[in-house]
Amino acid sequence: MRLTKDQVKHVAKLANLPLSDKEEELYSEQLSKILEYVDQLNSVDTKDVEPTFNVSGQENVMRKDETESSLPQEEVLQNASKKERGFFVTKGVFDNG
Amino acid sequence: MADLTSLTLTQTIKALEKKEFSELELNKAYLERIKSINPKLNAYLETLESKKGIPTAIKDVISTRGIKTTAASKVLENYIPSYNATVINRLLENGISIIGKTNHDEFAMGGSGENSAFGPTKNPWDLTKVPGGSSAGSAAAIAADLCTFSLGSDTGGSIRQPASLCGVVGLKTSYGRVSRYGLIAMASSLDSIGPVTKSVEDAVLVLEWISGSDGYDSNCKSKKFTMQPPRLQAGIKGLKVGVPKEYFGEGLDPKVKKIVQVAIKKLESLGAQIVEVSLPHSEYALAAYYIIVPSEVSSNMARFDGIRYGKGRENIGAEVKRRIMLGTYALSAGYWDDYYAKAAKVRTLVKGDFEKAFEKVDVIVGPVSPTTAWNLGEKIDDPLTMYLQDIYTISANLAGIPGLSVPCGFSDGLPVGLQILGKHFDEETILKVGYAYEQATNWKKEKPKI
Repeated sequence: MRLTKDQVKHVAKLANLPLSDKEEELYSEQLSKILEYVDQLNSVDTKDVEPTFNVSGQENVMRKDETESSLPQEEVLQNASKKERGFFVTKGVFDNG
Repeated sequence: MADLTSLTLTQTIKALEKKEFSELELNKAYLERIKSINPKLNAYLETLESKKGIPTAIKDVISTRGIKTTAASKVLENYIPSYNATVINRLLENGISIIGKTNHDEFAMGGSGENSAFGPTKNPWDLTKVPGGSSAGSAAAIAADLCTFSLGSDTGGSIRQPASLCGVVGLKTSYGRVSRYGLIAMASSLDSIGPVTKSVEDAVLVLEWISGSDGYDSNCKSKKFTMQPPRLQAGIKGLKVGVPKEYFGEGLDPKVKKIVQVAIKKLESLGAQIVEVSLPHSEYALAAYYIIVPSEVSSNMARFDGIRYGKGRENIGAEVKRRIMLGTYALSAGYWDDYYAKAAKVRTLVKGDFEKAFEKVDVIVGPVSPTTAWNLGEKIDDPLTMYLQDIYTISANLAGIPGLSVPCGFSDGLPVGLQILGKHFDEETILKVGYAYEQATNWKKEKPKI
C-alpha cells in the first residue's frame, strides 16, 4: 500500500495536523513502509472471528446519579492560553469579520 | 548513611520503623544523589524539594495536582493539572512523597526514551546506550538509585522493556487492575499503570497501594490486590512454566537467548515443570498493534487543541505525529474495516492463543526484549525497526494480561530481563515466580557504576 503525498495532505487535514512539505514527503515514505508491514494481517484467516475492542469485559458501567462539587472556575481556566471573563477564548466557528 | 539510597522500598520502610534514619534524611540523601547523577542521565524532568514521606518518582504522563505534568511534550510544557491521578492519591494516602517527575518518550510513544521533547534519557549501565522506553526515566532512576520506587505506564512494553534494559523490576498490571484516571491517555484499550522497583517484594507492595476500583475508570472494577508474604514466598515447586517457541526464533540475539534459557533452567531447578507452549499468532501481533495503537492515539490526541490547556498542534513531536497520521488514515472512510476491524479480529486470535496456553500452564516465560540496550541514535530514523523491539511485549497488552520483567543476567555488561506473563488478574503467580527466581540469584546486587 503506497501512500501518496496527496493522501498524506488529506489525512493531515483530517487530523488537524500542520505538516511541512518535508514532513509530508517523509510521512508518505514512512507510513507506506509501515502499511506494507501491516498488510500481513490480510494473510490471517479471520472468518467467523469476533473483534476484540476491549478486554475488561465491562459494558455500560453506570455510576450513581449523585451531584459532586466540581473544580473552581479559576483552576479550570488556569492552563488556558486565552481567557476572557471566565470563558475560554476559541477561534470563531463562523467568519464574522 | 552512604548506603541509604541503595535500600529497596521494603528495606527503607523497615529502617524508618526502626528509626535508623529520618524521612528528612532519606529525602535529603536522594535529592543529593539526584543532583549529582541526574545531569548525566536526564532521568528527571523536574525534582521537588521533598522533605518527608518515602520519595518516589512519577512518569510525567501521570497527572499530579499543582506539579507540572508535561507528557515530555512541548504541547504541555507549562501544563499544571488541577487534580491528581487516582494512583497519586493512593500513594499519598500511604505516606509516599513525590520527589520528581521522570522523562519518557513524548506522550509515552516510543521504545527508547529518545522521543522526549526535553532530550533523551541515558542508560545508567552505559551512558552511550538507550535506557529503553517509553518509561525511560522511571527505569533509569531505579537502576541509578535516584528514588525508592517509581511509577510507569505500559501500552506495549513501556514498563517491562526499560526495566529489562536497565536491570530493574517492572510490572505491567492486568488491564482493569489499576485505575487509569489521570493518566494522559495513549491507547485506551491497552494502557496500564504499574511500578518499577528495586525488588519483586517492592512491586507487590506498590501494587497493593495503587490497585482497585475508584469509580473514575469504568474498566477498572477490580478489588484491591493483596498478597501476604507467605504467599509470595511459597516457592514454585510443581508450578507449570510455559515456554513459547515463537519467542525464541529469528531476531532474538543469541546471547540474550542463552541468558534467558539459563534462567528457565534455574526455574526448573527450583521445582517448576517446564512445558513447551505455542502462541501461533505472535507473528501477527505487532501488525495488529500498529493499527490499534495509532488509531486510538489519533482519537485521544484530538483533545490537544491548545484552547483549554497546552499549546497548539504544531508543537507535537515527530513520532506522535506519525502515529496520529497512521491512525487517522486507518480510521478514515473506507479503511476502517480493512484496518481497525481486521486488527481487532487478529487481537481476538492473539488473546485466544494465551487462553489456550494457560489451560496447560500457570505462567509463560521468555525474553522481554530481543536485544540488550542499543546505541543512542541507532534506530531513531527507522520507525519500523524500532517497533520490532516490542515484539515480545505487545501481545500481553493486546490480551490484557499482566507481565513482569525481572533481571536475569548480563550480556557484555548490559542487563537482560526475564519476562513472566500470567493469566488475566493473576499478578500473584507471576510475582511468586519472579520472587523465587530473584531470591535464587544475585542479579539485583549488581549496580551500575556512575
